[in-house]
Amino acid sequence: MSLASVGLEHFLVFSAALFAIGVYCVAARRNAVVMLMGVEMILNAANVNLVAFARCTTGAIDGTIFAVFGIVLAAAEAAVALAIVLALFRHMGTIDTADTRQMKG
Amino acid sequence: MHETATGGSALLTGLGAAAFYLVCAVTIGSSLAVAFWRNAVYSAFALVGTFLGVAGIYVFLAADFLAVLQLMIYVGGILVLMLFAIMLTSKIAESHRAPRSVGAWAAGSLCAGLLAILVLLAVETPWKVSPAREAEPLTGAIGEALLTRYLLPFEVASVVLLAALVGAVVIARGVRWRREEP
Repeated sequence: MSLASVGLEHFLVFSAALFAIGVYCVAARRNAVVMLMGVEMILNAANVNLVAFARCTTGAIDGTIFAVFGIVLAAAEAAVALAIVLALFRHMGTIDTADTRQMKG
Repeated sequence: MHETATGGSALLTGLGAAAFYLVCAVTIGSSLAVAFWRNAVYSAFALVGTFLGVAGIYVFLAADFLAVLQLMIYVGGILVLMLFAIMLTSKIAESHRAPRSVGAWAAGSLCAGLLAILVLLAVETPWKVSPAREAEPLTGAIGEALLTRYLLPFEVASVVLLAALVGAVVIARGVRWRREEP
């Protein structure tokens, strides 16, 4: 892994960093929406990995197709999760995950 | 370390490599801002930088269609949705409290360990890379693959999107299924 010429490893290291920051967002933040942002970062990192391997190894279209489906599922996940956040806010009056300790309706 | 394996397979050199590092720095910096800014609205605006940076990374990977998709869906859709959710749910009083839970140091060390393992894995594994190819436009190939080999996942994805849409509306509106008698 040299610095002057960018290859597969550079993209992998980049997506590893993005993934780790996303995991930190999910694990350490208490705002539910910021936790969702962490999930989006994790999905983005996974997509970058898929595209990087598709570009650098076989050159087939499959990795890119998987990334497209990943984006589609991320959109669906965001819609449902934000709806859950809104419902949580209506029931509990807060979206702080430290305060929402009960799952009763 | 593996210059012999990756010698002829460099995707970017010279000015391209410098641009790659710049985009990487912007992306990682803004995602750190998302993780550490106390105000959720600032986090959402920093997320713009992360999504734009990932779109730039797709450009470096010659995935033009994915870069446009990233801009349209993430920046144009998901981010607006998140901003709406923040504005609908946040209270001013909340910003005075600690934004992180008690286990922030534990989470940070966990993520640092995870990052170290992943970087070691990425750098030390002798990936079988092929020589660098010419970048081709991907849109036509993706469309063809979606309607031939990946037709079933394509249709299932549309059903999933519809189900998520209906589910999101039902959850967000708070429909009561047991109707109460007056």
